[in-house]
Amino acid sequence: MEKPFEIVILSGKGGTGKTSITASFAALAENAVFADCDVDAADLHLLLSPVIVHQEKFASGAKAEIDNEKCTACGLCLELCRFNAIEAEDEIYTIDEYACEGCGLCVEACPYAAITIEKYENNNIYFSNCRFGPMIYGKLGIAEENSGKLVSQIRQYTKETALKNKSGLIITDGPPGIGCPAISSVTGADIVIAITEPTLSGWHDLQRLMEMIGRFHTPVQVIINKYDLNEDMTNTIENRLKSQNIPVIGKIPYDDAMVYALLESKTIIETEPQSEITHELNNIWKILTSIIYESKKSI
Amino acid sequence: MKIAITSGKGGTGKTTVSTGLFHVLTKYYKYHVQLLDCDVEEPDCHIFIKSVKHDEQPVTISVPEIKTDQCTFCGKCKAVCAFNAIVMMPSAKFIEVVEDMCHGCGACSYVCKDNAIVEHNRIIGTISYFDYFARDEFIEGRMNVGSALQTRVIRETINHAKKAGIILFDSPPGTSCPVIATVSKADYVILVTEPTPFGLHDLKLMVETVKQLNKNRGIVINKAGLNYSPLYDYIKKENIALLGEIPFKKEYAKAYSLGKLLPEYDPELRNTFQSIIKQVVNGETV
Repeated sequence: MEKPFEIVILSGKGGTGKTSITASFAALAENAVFADCDVDAADLHLLLSPVIVHQEKFASGAKAEIDNEKCTACGLCLELCRFNAIEAEDEIYTIDEYACEGCGLCVEACPYAAITIEKYENNNIYFSNCRFGPMIYGKLGIAEENSGKLVSQIRQYTKETALKNKSGLIITDGPPGIGCPAISSVTGADIVIAITEPTLSGWHDLQRLMEMIGRFHTPVQVIINKYDLNEDMTNTIENRLKSQNIPVIGKIPYDDAMVYALLESKTIIETEPQSEITHELNNIWKILTSIIYESKKSI
Repeated sequence: MKIAITSGKGGTGKTTVSTGLFHVLTKYYKYHVQLLDCDVEEPDCHIFIKSVKHDEQPVTISVPEIKTDQCTFCGKCKAVCAFNAIVMMPSAKFIEVVEDMCHGCGACSYVCKDNAIVEHNRIIGTISYFDYFARDEFIEGRMNVGSALQTRVIRETINHAKKAGIILFDSPPGTSCPVIATVSKADYVILVTEPTPFGLHDLKLMVETVKQLNKNRGIVINKAGLNYSPLYDYIKKENIALLGEIPFKKEYAKAYSLGKLLPEYDPELRNTFQSIIKQVVNGETV
């Protein structure tokens, strides 16, 4: 069975239009599987309205806990912890759960076996079906950590689902930023579509994103969204990308219709099939399809 | 008084609100004010706060290095490492630390009885100090590209907060550890949202997080104008203060794109920011 081709949509800066564009690709794709890896604030389901068929818990974080019956207040853990996560007040030792990274050094060191590591099973992974195909997404528990592990698990399940369904394509909505969840989204992806906007912040954040992706040598195509909000800036960004040999696959204008589509829980492809945006998204999708075709041929 | 500006959803206007508040506070009030850019993955405040950087300091963690000639391949370090950062193949006499995975906790050094582990500093980010109207009024935390230890850089940034005055934290988006590291250190949380289903969905997640942390809170609606009633109904139902609204205008979007501060671009908005300050700071000792 051939390995499915995975497109990951990222942006660095939040709010550039990742999710709306991902959903539009979902509407255009044939026989694809979708993943939402923005586990902090997963929004793709708001546009794709999937029906959940199965869900499971996923443990990512772990925190230390001190049993005060056994603790003798010797202070060894306090001395060793590099995250300042041990608090001592009147010889009562407790863990600052927001500072604890669950490394387990205190558990290892405690001479009285008073400390244990508790796993937190606060995250959910959903297997669902939407009108365009199967979709896997996750929800991080409130104040939960280690979203990178959850992202890896969602991508793994999505790959398995694609193989099972004999679909050759995965479209993944990624998280903002360039930290652990973004890194987890890029590893092993076949292509990244980076969505930017013509603002100084958009450009600044895109450069950092490119540097992060560059470490994985993943091919990248850029979409400049809302390009007409500042056309001078759009030109500047295009020229700079050109000088760095980074291709721009398309430019999408600003249109309130994007928001109105969202209010109907639909993609703009469905609500405004004749709009300029739909036309441009179709063009982008055609180019992407040929890139996928070429890439599969070369394997 | 420490105020975190956060959002759940990215791109709702956290930085617009933080830098706008900072500018208005420094220019029109007598408080001691400080802005900390805690969005260390993508720090953007410096684009709007045109100021002079006068110093910077690296953020480091202490990471292990395993001396193969001393190592007996007992496997204790690999077993204790909670982050899977140690790769070992005893048959090939191979053992190595994957630095990108290492959190620098020191557990491996602690359990190694063969003195095979030494540690060295690894730079994971930079703290920069800027002068605006006064010394060190603006501090930026910036994680190195490729690192996954954003939370550590955030904590280090917050350690640079002044002891008194109004301290603003520009938070990263999301609801997970980097946001908690920022919001848990604040006395008041400003939640920035936009009137769309995305904005509302992510606002709800953030409100639950802030409730769990037991923080005072208020909401600012950015890109207002679209009369999306579910958002207003929710705010009412939750009984959270609506501190102010910044309307959506294409000209604001353009001013933002050029790195302009909104309360400077449109003096009308200065009133909006002053009203937010009045409601948040009201009655508090700062």
